[in-house]
Amino acid sequence: MSYYFAIIGTQDNPLFEYDFGTSKQGGDGMARFTEQARQLNQFIIHSSLDIVEEVQWTNGQMYLKLIDRFFTSYISCFLTASNIKFLLLHQPPSTSSSSSALPHPSSSGSSSTSTLVQSSHHPPTSASTSSLSVIPSLSTLTGGSNSSTPTLIGGGGTSSRTSTSIAANPTSPQTEEAIRNFFAEVYENYVKAIMSPFYKTNMEIRSPVFRARVAAAGRKYL
Amino acid sequence: MSASKASRLGEETRIEKVNAELVVLTYGTIVAQICKDFENDYAEVNKQLDKMGYNIGLRLIEDYLAKSNTMRRCSNFRETAEMIAKVGFKIFLNVTPTITNWTSDNKQFSLVFDENPLADFVELPDDGRAQEQLWFSNILCGVLRGALEMVQMQVETHFISDVLRGNDTTEMRVTLVRYIDDELPPEDD
Repeated sequence: MSYYFAIIGTQDNPLFEYDFGTSKQGGDGMARFTEQARQLNQFIIHSSLDIVEEVQWTNGQMYLKLIDRFFTSYISCFLTASNIKFLLLHQPPSTSSSSSALPHPSSSGSSSTSTLVQSSHHPPTSASTSSLSVIPSLSTLTGGSNSSTPTLIGGGGTSSRTSTSIAANPTSPQTEEAIRNFFAEVYENYVKAIMSPFYKTNMEIRSPVFRARVAAAGRKYL
Repeated sequence: MSASKASRLGEETRIEKVNAELVVLTYGTIVAQICKDFENDYAEVNKQLDKMGYNIGLRLIEDYLAKSNTMRRCSNFRETAEMIAKVGFKIFLNVTPTITNWTSDNKQFSLVFDENPLADFVELPDDGRAQEQLWFSNILCGVLRGALEMVQMQVETHFISDVLRGNDTTEMRVTLVRYIDDELPPEDD
């Protein structure tokens, strides 16, 4: 399981980012994102800001739970009172452990958008042929993330992951609760960090103390 | 006056409480603003804080004498230190710094702050200079200097370490320069 945590300011500007891996089930706490995914994560997070805006007025909660999903990346959100967004992208180990699997979502993602564009402009025959090529790759991806078999396949690199772990079930209540706890602790430390008189609103959080505390919260709950 | 009596005096003195975070944030904002005004010339910021503290100290001694009910002169500088730490700081900041590192001539001591209420939440700017130059709580130096000057003691005060800078302790050095003699007002004629 790999995580990418970002704090987004009121102007949709990034204030803080941190990536880490799970420390449960013998994880070493290192993120297993590929180089490509690392760059992609920022775009995924940024795109889910739209969803945050949609969801944030629907209930009075600060913790908005799972709000978005991009292939096998799941995004949970926590809103502070001053409209600062905590976004956590979490990715089950099936994709992160096998490095060859990740270029697929991004490539098929671009092709799926191109089909959408094509279908709006071109006659339905060409669209149907190109969308046919996308559907299988999508179904294999979704099938791969839902079943627990990929954890067994990917078990060569990261062993002893069970299907009951937080990592394997991004949508389970346990995961939701763990992330809630993580956000709560980060929020507490975030408040302390911004109470520093030298911190201005929407300024990048550079405090090494804060970074260490986020890391500790990640180790503790995720 | 014995040490235990001094600390009891500090405890007994009833004082109106004010929200600590209000004080912390107010003081922090002042420091941050001074830093901004002097364009991060931290030596100058220290000087300004000291000056502000001095002006506070000149008045605060009156408040201290009224609240602490100690209408008696300290017999020596050691006793003065005791009263500063256990009564003065207790009344105004609700902390009791430890008095250590006396020099043999009894004219110099250190106040070690286990906790510094002014510095809660504070992280010094990471511009590479603040950590070396800024004494965040420098106002306290001025307060002591001002207050003691009003009771005929000229002292020199400065911080020598601060946890905000990564030191293990927050330590202020107080040096007695001289007792100021009562100067007679100039003759009328």
